Amino acid sequence: MSTIPLDYETLRLIWWALLGILLIGFAVMGGRDLGVGTLLPFVARTDAERRVLINVIGPTWEGNQVWLVLGGGAIFAAFPPLYAVSFSGFYLAMIVILLALILRPVGFKFRGKVADTRWRSAWDWALFVGGFVPSLIMGVAVGNVLLGAPFYLDDTLRAFYTGNFFQLLMPFALLAGLVSVGMIVLQGAVLITGRTTGVLADRARTYGTWAGLATIMLFALGGVWVAFGMDGYAITSIVDTNGAINPLGKTVALVPGGWMTNYGLYPWMIAAPVLGFVGLVAAVLGLQARLRIPTLVASSMAIFGIISTAGLSLFPFLLPSSTVPESGLTLWDASSSHLTLFIMLLATVIFLPIILAYTAWVFRVMRGDVTTRSLEKNPNAY
Amino acid sequence: MIDMTVVELSRWQFAATAMYHFLFVPLTLGLSFMMAIMESTYVMTGREIWRKATLFWGTLFGVNFAMGVATGIVMEFQFGMNWSYYSHYVGDVFGAPLAIEGLMAFFLEATFIGLFFFGWDRLSKVGHLTVTWLTALGANFSALWILIANGWMQNPVGAKFNPDTMRMEVTDFIAVIFNQVAQAKFVHTVSAGYVCGAVFIFAISALFLLQGKHIELAKRSMVVAASFGLASALSVVVLGDESGYVATEHQQMKIAAMEAMYHTEPAPAALTLFAIPSDLPGEPAFQVQLPWVLGLITTRSIDRDLPGITELTEHAAIRVQSGIVAYKALQEIRADGTNTAARATFDEHWADLGYGLLLKKYREDVENATGEEITMAALDTVPDVWPLFWSFRVMVAIGFFFIAFFGVWFYRASRGWLDTSRPMLWIAFATLPLPWLAIEAGWLIAEYGRQPWAVEGVLPTFYAASGLHFWDLVISLTFYVALYTVLLVIMVMLMLKIIKAGPQDKLFAAADEGEDADFVVAALPATPANKELGS
Repeated sequence: MSTIPLDYETLRLIWWALLGILLIGFAVMGGRDLGVGTLLPFVARTDAERRVLINVIGPTWEGNQVWLVLGGGAIFAAFPPLYAVSFSGFYLAMIVILLALILRPVGFKFRGKVADTRWRSAWDWALFVGGFVPSLIMGVAVGNVLLGAPFYLDDTLRAFYTGNFFQLLMPFALLAGLVSVGMIVLQGAVLITGRTTGVLADRARTYGTWAGLATIMLFALGGVWVAFGMDGYAITSIVDTNGAINPLGKTVALVPGGWMTNYGLYPWMIAAPVLGFVGLVAAVLGLQARLRIPTLVASSMAIFGIISTAGLSLFPFLLPSSTVPESGLTLWDASSSHLTLFIMLLATVIFLPIILAYTAWVFRVMRGDVTTRSLEKNPNAY
Repeated sequence: MIDMTVVELSRWQFAATAMYHFLFVPLTLGLSFMMAIMESTYVMTGREIWRKATLFWGTLFGVNFAMGVATGIVMEFQFGMNWSYYSHYVGDVFGAPLAIEGLMAFFLEATFIGLFFFGWDRLSKVGHLTVTWLTALGANFSALWILIANGWMQNPVGAKFNPDTMRMEVTDFIAVIFNQVAQAKFVHTVSAGYVCGAVFIFAISALFLLQGKHIELAKRSMVVAASFGLASALSVVVLGDESGYVATEHQQMKIAAMEAMYHTEPAPAALTLFAIPSDLPGEPAFQVQLPWVLGLITTRSIDRDLPGITELTEHAAIRVQSGIVAYKALQEIRADGTNTAARATFDEHWADLGYGLLLKKYREDVENATGEEITMAALDTVPDVWPLFWSFRVMVAIGFFFIAFFGVWFYRASRGWLDTSRPMLWIAFATLPLPWLAIEAGWLIAEYGRQPWAVEGVLPTFYAASGLHFWDLVISLTFYVALYTVLLVIMVMLMLKIIKAGPQDKLFAAADEGEDADFVVAALPATPANKELGS
């Protein structure tokens, strides 16, 4: 292993950060599409209006969704125990997300192929479900991670989950779900105001403003709740950050308000929630000022800030266990091997810049307002 | 103990998802390349008919691709959801190719497919052609990395079990990538996808000729499909033979089961053409054999024996016993990490640990297994013979048929005899379902044939499953199958509608109100009903 130029601890930190970047990448990029899907039946009321909205995201949503696929793949490759425990533990919640996500590709592709009112209306609602449900449940999942999931590992590291689906729907988790819906609806609304004109942009501005204001309130409420209303977890034994993985080799204590500890230890982390609030406020103001690009940057910053707030609060935990805290997974004891982390980093260093470059190019090619007139010119439009 | 009902349901769920996903992926592989070829011809010759053809097949491609995406995301998440111990146990090795697939391939494909459809009037001719090729390339890279991952499950090279972390870890990633099973599977599988695309285009074009519609487009498409199809069909069979050869080295049990070969065939082994089942460990009641052929295919020689099921089972029993030793040593290492004697024993026997785990089906304390349990575990290494035997024959028969089929049509195309025989065109149309039959049969051989292993020799399938509850699986399986089936029916209906409407004449014109208007992505007529659509 001495041939690997980065030590194990550094690689684990890098992958923890990269995982955050991939999930934020999905929320920022895929969030546009989920947000537009959620707003579809409300912002657009006639068939022509709905076609415009769908075609705002039509050419790029598939690429955006790969951020989610990659996020899943990165968890699998870089933190296999996390992948094993979270995906099987939140089984029915994952099923609901997947069933909703399945509706999206077919919804986009099938809807326009038949000129029938009921057919199109049915797919409009499918696209709404495909946008709203994943936004909500992914937020609920993050809320549950902060609360800790009821699971334990046996001595062969086999995971056993002792909760059920309905236990996921605790008040704090639902609050986290609403924060998620709020920020994603805001992102979708900002995108719509940036790519359409007239009544569609006006309606999106209204929905976006309300979503932004609601998210500010909910995010603040969430912060107060985490600080004063719930326990966090802390490792009480010495951790070998360079050692082989061993999730069972530590002791963990419950600490009231424990998820705030990191902000005391590392004051720079305050930047994350601040960025969340500043981004939200700036996005609402940007909507009112009818700025396009700056508003999109602001709402993306808000997403970046909100998700990093959750990630930094949990550090070094990835998924704490509420029933057997010693089984909780951290980035030090749930990662892949030193070699695999390094190989994966090489692949990322090579391909991520290429991906960003061609994605930017595709967005550039597809820029400009979408109108009913522009759609009629293109037989491939949805 | 492990709940075997949950394991069975998990297996059914994985099989259903994978087989649905595999209805769409091969067509994507083949169609994307053929569209790129047609568009290249358009760019080189400037003739509109080729652009029209690219667009028409592209429309069908898009509908199919959407289904591939819808089923693919479930495939990825299913490992963690339904096979969580698998994910922990081999994620260090298996996760990497899967993640690299996303980075290198799926991102490329998914980003450029949008531009393929929406970029016609925003890009130069060459620019758009580049986009089409990149989409096709992305699809094929995707297959490469997925099959590297899958190939590792068939032949787990470049990794070693680490007793401290209780999992397989990568020791040599280059060996994982250049795993000969993975490479053989890749070329065989993508070639099968190309045949699938070629048959699809060919059969529908034949239908157009039978109907006397879109004749120019149909004939040109048939010329492309016949040549592409012939090359692909040849490579499928030649490279399929390669995977047979490679499997002999690594998965002798799979070969023996495919051949219903209960006892070792002395060299040179005969190929069984036909047999009537009898229960293990007897001989088939009746069989027709081709002497020498199997030996030539699998060992490339006439002097090497092919081991039969009975002999392989005896060998497995020895490995189970060695696996018990490995398991015992592992327990000692887990109890005391500094026990060097146990580590030495483990290093000697770790390769058989998987065989020891087969006993977990019968008892928790593997180290106390009885002789009878060892025998049962050894017998468990035999996959079901008859489904494999017949799937293999169906696949191979269809494979050879396609060589003849495209050979004949390639000749006819070069003579300009594309529309001279209606019976021939009917036959061409009737071949439409055959590639899927062969492909699903091939999948069955590859995946069902490696049972009882999730990872050959390393991790038994039943031990890889998540500890879910019966109802979790009933609910998920029901919803998946129901949703997929509904969507599949809708997809087929839409494809028929697109085929019926035929290629559209004008590319950038406003949607026609005239014929085919119900297919063109038209605005709904302004009736009161849709002014306030659904809200």
